[in-house]
Amino acid sequence: MLSPEGESARRIDGLWWLMFWISVVVFAAVAGLMAVAIVRRRRRGPEVDASEPRWGDPFVVIAGVIVPAVILTSVLVVSARDMVAITNAGDAQLTIEVIGHMWWWEVRYPGGVETANEIHVPVGETVRFEVSSVDVIHSFWVPELAPKVDMIPGRTNVLDVRAERPGTSRGQCAEFCGLQHANMALFVVAEARAEFDPWLRNEALPAPVPGPGATAGLGILLDSSCVGCHTIRGTEASGTLGPDLTHVAARQTLAAGTIANTHENLAAWISHPQSIKPGAVMPPTDLSPQELSAVVEYLEGLT
Amino acid sequence: MASYAERLEPVWREGSGLASWVGTVDHKRIGLRYLYTGFAFFVIAGLEAMLMRVQLARPELAVLSPQAYNELFSMHGVTMMFLFATPVLSGFGNYFVPLMIGARDMAFPRLNAFGYWVFLGAGFFLNSAFIIRQAPDDGWFNYLPLANANFTPSLAIDFYALGLIFIGVSTTSGAINFIVTILKLRAPGMTLNRIPIFVWGELAFALTVVFALPALTIASVFLELERRFGFHFYDAAGGGDPVLWQHLFWFFGHPEVYLVVLPALGLASAIIPTFSRRTMIGYTYIVLAELFIFVISFGVWVHHMFAVGLPTIAMGFISAASFMVVIPSGTQIFAWLATMVSGRLVLSTPMLFVLGFILLFVIGGLSGAMFSAVPFDQATTDSYFVVAHLHYVLVGGAVFPMFAGLYHWGPKILGRKLDERLGKISFWLMFVGFNLTFFPMHIAGLLGQPRRTYTYHEGLGWDLPNLLSTMGVFVMGAGILVTFWNWLRSEHQGELAGDDPWGGETLEWTTGSPPPEYNFETIPTVRSREPAWDQPELHGGAQPPEQGGRPLTAGHTTLSTSVTDAEPQAIVRMPHASPWPMFLTLALMLTFYGMLLSSWGVAVAGAAASVGALMGWLWPRGETQET
Repeated sequence: MLSPEGESARRIDGLWWLMFWISVVVFAAVAGLMAVAIVRRRRRGPEVDASEPRWGDPFVVIAGVIVPAVILTSVLVVSARDMVAITNAGDAQLTIEVIGHMWWWEVRYPGGVETANEIHVPVGETVRFEVSSVDVIHSFWVPELAPKVDMIPGRTNVLDVRAERPGTSRGQCAEFCGLQHANMALFVVAEARAEFDPWLRNEALPAPVPGPGATAGLGILLDSSCVGCHTIRGTEASGTLGPDLTHVAARQTLAAGTIANTHENLAAWISHPQSIKPGAVMPPTDLSPQELSAVVEYLEGLT
Repeated sequence: MASYAERLEPVWREGSGLASWVGTVDHKRIGLRYLYTGFAFFVIAGLEAMLMRVQLARPELAVLSPQAYNELFSMHGVTMMFLFATPVLSGFGNYFVPLMIGARDMAFPRLNAFGYWVFLGAGFFLNSAFIIRQAPDDGWFNYLPLANANFTPSLAIDFYALGLIFIGVSTTSGAINFIVTILKLRAPGMTLNRIPIFVWGELAFALTVVFALPALTIASVFLELERRFGFHFYDAAGGGDPVLWQHLFWFFGHPEVYLVVLPALGLASAIIPTFSRRTMIGYTYIVLAELFIFVISFGVWVHHMFAVGLPTIAMGFISAASFMVVIPSGTQIFAWLATMVSGRLVLSTPMLFVLGFILLFVIGGLSGAMFSAVPFDQATTDSYFVVAHLHYVLVGGAVFPMFAGLYHWGPKILGRKLDERLGKISFWLMFVGFNLTFFPMHIAGLLGQPRRTYTYHEGLGWDLPNLLSTMGVFVMGAGILVTFWNWLRSEHQGELAGDDPWGGETLEWTTGSPPPEYNFETIPTVRSREPAWDQPELHGGAQPPEQGGRPLTAGHTTLSTSVTDAEPQAIVRMPHASPWPMFLTLALMLTFYGMLLSSWGVAVAGAAASVGALMGWLWPRGETQET
């Protein structure tokens, strides 16, 4: 949040620093009065003082009621202005659906494009996110770009986001959603139209046909339990419980940001996911080392 | 004079055997039990927090399993809120409200005993979930649908829901008792504008309980109906709505925060005049502020839900109300500061804890005000910024005043002063340790660390704040242990306190330390807001009848007065010790365990036994009968 990359986050950052400096002043006033009380404590006076000083009640009313009311009302006005501005961010050219699962993010673009845990957006344009959930409540939160919004079963919430600069922002589920709430991250990649459009066109394509060395891997995969949950468009794998793997090799991480998408991690994730993300829905897949390496080789071709 | 004591002593004595231990209705013994039991739960929940901090010391540690971590943070919250904060503040209230208003006991002594037993029983019930390794694991906020039978099929959430219904019986009965005691049993002359602010705080606390708790009870009943019998209150697929739980929970949950803070603010108000050597400035404004907080706390619950996707207009109203609730806290703080500046501060341990409290509570209040700004709330809610904020409010705003209370009233309870040097060591360890633990969490939160995560990745800027937090928790823990050691040690070795070690202004300082079972030899007539300062004849706890003291030696009685002007109205016969409140609690426990385990026969037997125990409780027994 302290390094805003999006328009909404920049507004929130401004609001934060306004409130931060007001807080510093208020805290200094309180600590200062306390210091005065401590310094003056040894002066002479009656054993107990029962007087009601004339300044007493007016001081309490001014310092304790009127000044706070004025400050807080001003902040209320500023924050209400920001709330309205963030809600009405302008017409969105692109709508992306994000659906929460325990514990990963399903991402859908118009035209049947489906991916997971990594969202590409065109920089400088307002993008509308429509978020929901298939199981429990999750919360869509990319601090550098925008406020968070909950993903609630039975509801669809919207969040308009405009990335102001190219770059990758990390996000993470912000509503406690069970055992692996800690490992439910996502990445938003903001890039110029010149990069975004080809990316989206590629994502819309079916899986690349495997090269001669990788055909065996596809065969093994289609015979394994993988296909029960995962879809690879253009093949017979059409499960819907887990992330779409059509272009899995183009993604930076595996298991919703738990591990980097490397050769070793991919093999480890397939063979023993429970030691990497205990409680994840994905079961271990029983493959011989040769089979495993063939499957990994095939998946690595899915760019 | 002594003749009053000689006549009162046999009437009020409870003795010391098992029957007295089980049956006591003495508000001081019950209050002390609340304190000891509450602090025992504080230790348990504190150890849970330490385990979590060890797990989070570095990125990707595996000290705890994810399941264990989730159970610990859930039970830490439940225990701290329901089994530590509320009971300890009830304990202080139980012990000191009757003493401060010049009564001989609470209005309903047996209900008071019952409240304690139920608290103990419910505390055991909730923690027994650990024994069968099915502790609540969905947080103290327990959001649906995660907590439904589909996603959490174990008994964990049944322990949670039934346990909270059970503890609600205790809190509600205690609150009603406070309200009646404060409104009807004040010493003659203690008009509304002479009530000590601490007592006002307990009244605001009790009123908040009565209006807030039903929402939680209803929410929990709905939850059990959904989990056990397939109802669909919170099930979107069945026409319900998971957000309903959030509304009901926070309609209780936000006032719950204030009901923890209100008596704690009152505690500070009890200590500040004594250690500033002057009357409180702005008394009326402080009292109005406490009552205003009670009212407005019911209009701010939605600021826990700004990320839910509610209409902008609704969030605007709640945002304004949330900003408004900051004002009365500010009013009290500036009234205290005015009192301290124009008085002559005595920096004894109780006052040190109060000064620490003010600084921490101001930080917590300022960060809390920030959540009223909708966009900022949406950015930081459910992040570590909230964890930092809520601990500044609840530890800074309630635990520090409680420790101030231990040092302030310890001499009254124990008859001996606590050691000042150990007290100051404890304060500084707690103050430094607290800030080291919780201040860095602000930064971790602003850098995007979500709460309730059992681990985190390195390189996100969260490593250093988390390491500092883990170090801090041990410093703070050491400070807490020093006070406990101080208490246990001073119980036998402390310097004798005498009636009035601090030169206090309220009635509890006019009687013995510890006070006799009947509290005061004569029920005093009060002519001032600071009676112990303005009415020297009160000292010794036996105001002579010619100055208004009423011995009431004729029986086991106390005086009832009118609500506003405290004009004497009636002599109330008070019940004697009775084991029935404990029997009723045991029967209720049987009922709740029966429901937990779906052993409906056991549950029905428990319910029948409860009815029997109630009959035993209320059965007329000649002279000692009561209602």
